[in-house]
Amino acid sequence: MATKLKETDAVVVGMGFSGAILSRELTKAGLNVVGLERGADRNPAEEFTLTRLRDEFRYVVRLELMQDNSIDTITFRNAPDELALPIRRFGAFLPGEGVGGTGIHWGALHWRFLPTDFRIKSVLTEKYGAKAIADTMTIQDWPVSYDELEPHYDRFEKLCGVSGQAGNLRGTTIAGGNPFEGARSDHYPNKPIKTGTGPAIFTDAAKSLGYHPFPVPTATSSAPYVNPEGITLGACEYCGHCNRTACEANAKASPNVNVMPVLRSEPKFELRTRVFVTRLVYDKQAKRVTGVVYTDMKTGEEYEQPAGIVILSSFVFGNVQHLLLAGIGEPFDPRTAKGVVGKNYCYQFEAGSEAFFEGREFNPFMGGPGMGTAIDDFNGENFDHANLGFFGGGYILCANGGAPPIGGRVLPKGEPRWGVGWKQAEAKWYRCNTRFNTQGSVYAHRDNFMDLDPTYKDALGRPLLRLTYNATENDHKMSRYLVEKMEGVIKAMKPTHYEVHNRPKNFTIVPYQSTHCTGGTMMGSNPGNSVVNRYLQAWDAHNLFVQGASVFPQQHGYNPTGTLGALAYWSARAITEKYLKSPGPLVHA
Amino acid sequence: MTEDTVPRRQFLLGAGLAGTALAAGITGPATAQQPASPAPAPAPASAAPSSPEAEPFVTLTALEAAFIVAAVDTLIPADELSPSGSDCGVAIFIDRQLGSAWGGGAKMYRAGPFVKGKPEQGYQLALTPREYFAAGIAAANAWTRKTFGKDFDRLPAPDRVAALEAMEDGKAAFENFNAKAFFSQLHAITMAGFFADPIYGGNRDKIGWKLLGFPGLPATYADKIDAYRDKRYVADPQSIADFS
Repeated sequence: MATKLKETDAVVVGMGFSGAILSRELTKAGLNVVGLERGADRNPAEEFTLTRLRDEFRYVVRLELMQDNSIDTITFRNAPDELALPIRRFGAFLPGEGVGGTGIHWGALHWRFLPTDFRIKSVLTEKYGAKAIADTMTIQDWPVSYDELEPHYDRFEKLCGVSGQAGNLRGTTIAGGNPFEGARSDHYPNKPIKTGTGPAIFTDAAKSLGYHPFPVPTATSSAPYVNPEGITLGACEYCGHCNRTACEANAKASPNVNVMPVLRSEPKFELRTRVFVTRLVYDKQAKRVTGVVYTDMKTGEEYEQPAGIVILSSFVFGNVQHLLLAGIGEPFDPRTAKGVVGKNYCYQFEAGSEAFFEGREFNPFMGGPGMGTAIDDFNGENFDHANLGFFGGGYILCANGGAPPIGGRVLPKGEPRWGVGWKQAEAKWYRCNTRFNTQGSVYAHRDNFMDLDPTYKDALGRPLLRLTYNATENDHKMSRYLVEKMEGVIKAMKPTHYEVHNRPKNFTIVPYQSTHCTGGTMMGSNPGNSVVNRYLQAWDAHNLFVQGASVFPQQHGYNPTGTLGALAYWSARAITEKYLKSPGPLVHA
Repeated sequence: MTEDTVPRRQFLLGAGLAGTALAAGITGPATAQQPASPAPAPAPASAAPSSPEAEPFVTLTALEAAFIVAAVDTLIPADELSPSGSDCGVAIFIDRQLGSAWGGGAKMYRAGPFVKGKPEQGYQLALTPREYFAAGIAAANAWTRKTFGKDFDRLPAPDRVAALEAMEDGKAAFENFNAKAFFSQLHAITMAGFFADPIYGGNRDKIGWKLLGFPGLPATYADKIDAYRDKRYVADPQSIADFS
């Protein structure tokens, strides 16, 4: 029997970017907030330190910061008629664990979606006719527009100290930026970070083909910067180690560095770590979640934390699992296509490439995931899809992501992978290659969804979430098109040798591909097409606000975190300015 | 030859050439019926640059250690760029990893039922990495005995290469074990040992980093990106221990 604790104004489940932002905004509005995190506390002063972080083996190979699958995982299958099996160790995607969540180890590429992305179904219908969209492609317009989100994008960019070059400032095109981006109310808070040799060659080649290259926006500050919370960020050291780990320079944004310090000194905020929320307490009659039940992993005790407002801000899988277990919203049924919880699971469809320039010196160990150049000419509706046979697109990137020695080596086909001659090949090719990838959209498909697994359970006895997902024909066509365009730029760079890697037919849970998992608790215009309304408020529980990429109706051709952060501010403003005055549904069904 | 005639203590010394030679002379249960053959002992171009003291294995049995030493020395042969894999500490690295929390299955979902599944569903065995390598080594030795007449570590160098190639290409038919997947794991952990920070026991003298030109873990390149554009940046690599 759970010990019932004193009610708090708001409880936050999961302390990643969304959870930290909501906690900050709600305490600022005067609420007492309890933050619950199932993983460890991660305090930069102790953990984001040298030499600790400069350890590829600990962080990249052994996945120090990632979710503990011995406690909890998901099951996976490619299709509804297959048997789902547990992912015994995460591979394709790597949700983080502990304070900061996935916002610690991310690559920090910080994008906005296109204005047309937010009304994609309408745009495609207007341009190509309703019949052009297959019945199985269950895409939807977002219930919020780019213009509405813009001030919140701006706010999140400033929180994170994003470095980049504006391409569209209040409607005026600025040379060197992304000419396809939506109008921005302000510049990026920091100038772009430096460019590596590979991306510099890419820039020239892309220009020669008439494309519009620009420095990738990255949440890594290029110079010392004080964010609106008064926190001082350092300048990027170009150490080449930031992927899958933290930043000791406080240059790469994380909840831990960019928000948590003010929360830690906020008397209205209480952080509890190593507490595992097992269920939401749902009063279906009252359409409220009265609190959450958690197990304190340090004592084994079970508690119920009552709360006036419940913020659900775990990773995509946790959010969906909580709603399904609590019976909030109608679960999606793939046979009838009815129901919404678990619907429209989407992903990022990336394809990679590498080009070798024999005899040149690229110093690939310098840099970071955001040190690169992109073109956005083939994203979303930036190009015409008439007669292409697919919808969607993505940006094409050339980056010096850092080349740590275990995982950052790459050899041309035909070179030995071991034995005689192998070391010579490594010595020859390691320093003179550069990498590319396409950040392809995934437009929802009816067969890709999440529900509860009938067999496997987590360490706390709850059914695991079951993911049914495969790449679609649309994804493959879209991706091959992007790869073709990428190959065109690579050829113009005149490498000694290059290779492109189209995705295999079936999605597989190894090797690593992307942690850009989205959907399952979609936001939408009415309860029939979504789980939460435009303010991320659950249709079936007015005091429950679901945060994160699980609310995306589909995934567009950009990294999701910029939009996730903007939505957190947008939702927080609705709670503090509207909901607190009059608790109840903010949108009438 | 009985086991008693070979000093057991020395079986457990995993590092360096001494380890290789001794391991090759092992008489284990699986090889007891076979005549002991001299070690193939491919002469490395350079001797182990450091660590004069051979280190004991933590978890590998003598037979397993012999296999691992022979495997890493075949994957990473001694030449002008580095000593052999075991002389660079890679066998010690593997031993310590298999004896670590990771080797014991930490952070791994291990509840049943266990079903084979599709390749797309990834690793589906109940075995921890330690148990997996034990089973894989036993299966590999059984297969080389059938195919080449000897345990893997007792094969001459060209046969070891041929055996690993057959595993890599999926042509080695292990009994009740996926040879190709085993090779993939063996290769991955060997590369990790050769290139991980030396604090984990491999990559001795930062030899893996030196051959790539990887400078290890300096604090900043902020002042070097522009200065070394299209120009090689050379630095004596620094590891975690260098800052400790």
